Amino acid sequence: MGYNAETMTTDDRRPDADRLLAQASAELEREGRGRLRVFLGYAAGVGKTYAMLQAARQRQAEGVDVLAGYVETHGRAETQALMAGLEAVPARHVEYRGTILREPDVDAVLARHPALVLIDELAHTNAPGLRHPKRHQDVSELLAAGISVYTTLNVQHLESLNDAVAQVTGITVRETVPDRLLDEADEIELVDLPPAELLQRLAEGKVYVPDQAALAVERFFREGNLAALREMALRRTAARVDEQMRSYMQMRAIPGPWPVAERLLVCVGPGPLSARLLRAGRRLADELKAEWFALHVRVPDGPGAGEATGPLAENLRLAEELGAAVAMRTAPVVADAVVAFARDHNVTKIVVGKPLQPRWVELLRGSIVDHIIRRSGELDVYVINSAGEDSVPRAAAGARGPVRPRPYLLSAAVVVAATLAGWPVHQVIHPANLVMLYLVAVGLCSLHLGRGPSVFASALSVILFDFFFVEPRFTFTVDDTQYVLTFLGLFSVGLVVSALVTRVKRQAEVARKREAETYEVYTLSRDLATAATIEDIAEALVTRLGQAFGLEAVLLLPAAAGGSGALGLQAPDGRPDLEEEERAVAQWAFDRGRAAGAGTDTLPGAAMHYVPMVVAGRSLGVVGVRGKGTEWMEPLDRRRLLEAFVSQAALAVERVRLAEQANEVEVLSATEKLQTALLNSVSHELRTPLATITGVLSSLLQDADDPVSGGVGGGAMHSELLETAWEEARRLNRLVGNLLDMSRLQAGALSLRSEPCDLQDIVGVSLAQLADRIGDRAVDVDLPADLPLVPLDAVLIVQVLANLLDNALKYSPADTPIGILGRLSGERVLLEVSDRGPGIPPEDLDDVFRQFQRLGRDEKVTGTGLGLAISKGIVEAHGGSVWAGNRAGGGTTIGIALPVRPCTPKPAEEP
Amino acid sequence: MTEGGLRILVVDDERAIRRFLSATLTGHGHLVYEAATGKDGLRALSADRPDVVILDLGLPDMDGTEVIRQLRSWSQTPVIVLSVREHEDDKIAALDAGADDYLTKPFGVGELMARIRAAIRRVAQTGSEPVFEVGDLKVDLGRRRVTLQGREIGLTPTEYDLLRAMVRHAGRVLTQRHLLREVWGGAYDTETHTLRVNISNLRHKIEPDPSRPQFILTEPGVGYRLRAER
Repeated sequence: MGYNAETMTTDDRRPDADRLLAQASAELEREGRGRLRVFLGYAAGVGKTYAMLQAARQRQAEGVDVLAGYVETHGRAETQALMAGLEAVPARHVEYRGTILREPDVDAVLARHPALVLIDELAHTNAPGLRHPKRHQDVSELLAAGISVYTTLNVQHLESLNDAVAQVTGITVRETVPDRLLDEADEIELVDLPPAELLQRLAEGKVYVPDQAALAVERFFREGNLAALREMALRRTAARVDEQMRSYMQMRAIPGPWPVAERLLVCVGPGPLSARLLRAGRRLADELKAEWFALHVRVPDGPGAGEATGPLAENLRLAEELGAAVAMRTAPVVADAVVAFARDHNVTKIVVGKPLQPRWVELLRGSIVDHIIRRSGELDVYVINSAGEDSVPRAAAGARGPVRPRPYLLSAAVVVAATLAGWPVHQVIHPANLVMLYLVAVGLCSLHLGRGPSVFASALSVILFDFFFVEPRFTFTVDDTQYVLTFLGLFSVGLVVSALVTRVKRQAEVARKREAETYEVYTLSRDLATAATIEDIAEALVTRLGQAFGLEAVLLLPAAAGGSGALGLQAPDGRPDLEEEERAVAQWAFDRGRAAGAGTDTLPGAAMHYVPMVVAGRSLGVVGVRGKGTEWMEPLDRRRLLEAFVSQAALAVERVRLAEQANEVEVLSATEKLQTALLNSVSHELRTPLATITGVLSSLLQDADDPVSGGVGGGAMHSELLETAWEEARRLNRLVGNLLDMSRLQAGALSLRSEPCDLQDIVGVSLAQLADRIGDRAVDVDLPADLPLVPLDAVLIVQVLANLLDNALKYSPADTPIGILGRLSGERVLLEVSDRGPGIPPEDLDDVFRQFQRLGRDEKVTGTGLGLAISKGIVEAHGGSVWAGNRAGGGTTIGIALPVRPCTPKPAEEP
Repeated sequence: MTEGGLRILVVDDERAIRRFLSATLTGHGHLVYEAATGKDGLRALSADRPDVVILDLGLPDMDGTEVIRQLRSWSQTPVIVLSVREHEDDKIAALDAGADDYLTKPFGVGELMARIRAAIRRVAQTGSEPVFEVGDLKVDLGRRRVTLQGREIGLTPTEYDLLRAMVRHAGRVLTQRHLLREVWGGAYDTETHTLRVNISNLRHKIEPDPSRPQFILTEPGVGYRLRAER
């Protein structure tokens, strides 16, 4: 089947989903874009500029902010009169080869940002050195910036009409505008004037005519020409109106006689005929209201296989400009690939060029056109003739390198060697079998020396065979005519072998190249998959681009993540910063989401080629690449590979950004949880001692006020109350100390005052600090007398030990001993505090050092769960470590390890 | 020992602290003067001639250490510094500037009284007592003899000098620098390592349990104190 039967039978009144989608996306894209109105005329002098100015005046009267960006009045009074009252930006004056050229100042217009700007003569070619080579590109940029544009255009400047105009008028128009622009225009206003009137105006001198071109103008302004051009303009506008009406009706499901959607396929090669084919294809597509494709099929063993360079790239670019969807395929048989593509894409019509090969070649190798026609089944095939000046032989066919003599000499040597090998045995062996020797020689040549030398070897074989081995020998004459057959056989087998071997080698070459490319993309995606940071991505990309293309590359990302602000350079170290102009080009590519710089139409003078990294329509950054010279950009394949690289990198950047965001959210929610826990814990812990102290004091106060009743009791009761309050006040003090330390640790404000300290001393001080709490509890201290001095902040480590001891006291029964053990282990000193309490569940061992962890939440045991977290922070600030474990025989051991060597203590880490 | 009858100047900007100290010290029979700023404190010092000054380091108008420095230029009145826990450097600076002792807030009245007594002793103790005794430890400065529970302890000359320096200022905190200067001379005042080793050795000789010292107490981050009373 040529195309999907369903599409044919679909109820036409139902709006076609694809079409609706296309319309929606077109409208979406249009949102925020300026509107384009084209004043289309068929020749100079019909009054386009006048009409444009009139319309502009009207808009202005309606209150629209109108700016004359560039208007060519050609000194005509009535046109100039219309200009009065319109705000105008001064034109830019560019000097080029001694003349001053006037050009619209795009930057000034962008800065002024009017609602509507007038830019005359859309087809104009800009002076060299401006941002874009063509004025229509300036207009596109203004539209993209949200500024509506009124512009003027003569129909002969339309790309697809280029050939037709040349045929009708005999004048080739150089300045062309892609049809796409007119297709995308929101309105087209035809400015029409009957040819007779135009000629009259010309005679009256009302039409601007450049002096030097007077003769050409005379040839151009003939009634016949004008009528033909006028017809083109009318047709073009009518087609446009028709299209609008069609899409309007289809949008609203208005029934009508819908033609079956046509799809057109144009086969493109490197030759000049293909350009004609494309223009014809475009016209045909317009007439059929068809979608159209341009397809180039590469033959693996064809010349220049694997690369789209020079004329072919030129043609493919033209196809894109004409609005075709461009595709490339690689296949051994062109016709098969064309037909397969056509079927895959529901193409209804194929456009091919008439072959230019001589008749005999066609007979020998068959014609692609014949093949396509034979295989096309129900598809229509249009064969366009290559008439007249276009019948140049295919450029690529002759595209061979210069002949190098060495392989030919080598092949001659091989054939001579075969002759020498045959000479001693020629008496015994039949000459017909000696042919085998030559076949081996030809095979060897085609394997190693290429096609030319092997053909040469075949010919030489025949000659030498004839000369040395065929009677009469040492002459070229042949007695036995049957040897003619042997010669033919030898020669043609040689040809076939060499052709086959060469083809296999080329195919292998293409396959190898493909594999190399696939490998490169694969390697990049593997590297990117493991990249955890933007820096990793930049490095992977730069390394891969360097290896795959030999390109120097930079990755530019906006300074503010996700923002559209100024780009900040993100690249591996040691890379020079970009210059201001380069940065501006990169910024342009980033803002517009389109490639810019070297090798493009935008700011081609830049040193680098900048490709935006676009994900879901949003620019994430720009990759800039620079190669040696400019040729590296030429092959279309490499450009596509580069784009594949960049889009891989873009996805990776997006992934890293999203991961970062997710991480931030996680951290935030963890912090929130922590703060809630802190609030709960702290408010409880602060209030309990305060309540006790307040209670004690109030009862004592009452007692003092009312000494008669005796109050709460006698002296013993007093002292017990006071002891309770005293204990609680100290607890409050410890808590506040812990909270202060925690916040200092978290703020990174903990500064170590490290000095060599005696651990025995430290242990003693911490025991003394807790003397009241320890009371009569047995504390076994086991410290070797020969422990070295350890560099540490005594106050902080005393606090750590006090915390550990406090925990041990808190979480173990009052009648069990507490153990303190110190020993030297390599470069570290270990200190352990153990108790005989219930121990810690193994699954919680890792958690005890987290803030607000209170395991075995015995309500009788008080504490904020800050102690161990603080201890950990302090020990780690010393370059040490903490751990928790359960003792054999029950109980908990908390240990700290401190480096003995004076370390430069790392600053306490930021939270 | 002097109990009561002292003239004590309290310099602290916190009214609650002044009130508490005033009530407590008056209750112990002392006469209390109050000042809320450094300038007032210095003025009161010359006007009221107190026996002891209790000085808060965090004053609103000037740094407590600066108050000590000015005061020391013309007065030998003992100064006890009040500070909060985390400013060890401030404590050392204050001690080096001439303060006699310090107390960390919050503190108990017992501690305060002990500090006051130790500070007064320094002034009173002009003709030094030849024998110092605390607990089982006895140091006879005249005969260079140290005994623990009546048993003589053999000390190296440095250890003895160290112990003697602490005995001379018994009950008061001595910064490491102070001890180094007094025992080894000015050139060695950064050799804290040597000091620690000697303190550790001394402890092993005179303390029953060196990891829970009874006599030579460490003031973490500041220095050492020889216990003077029990």
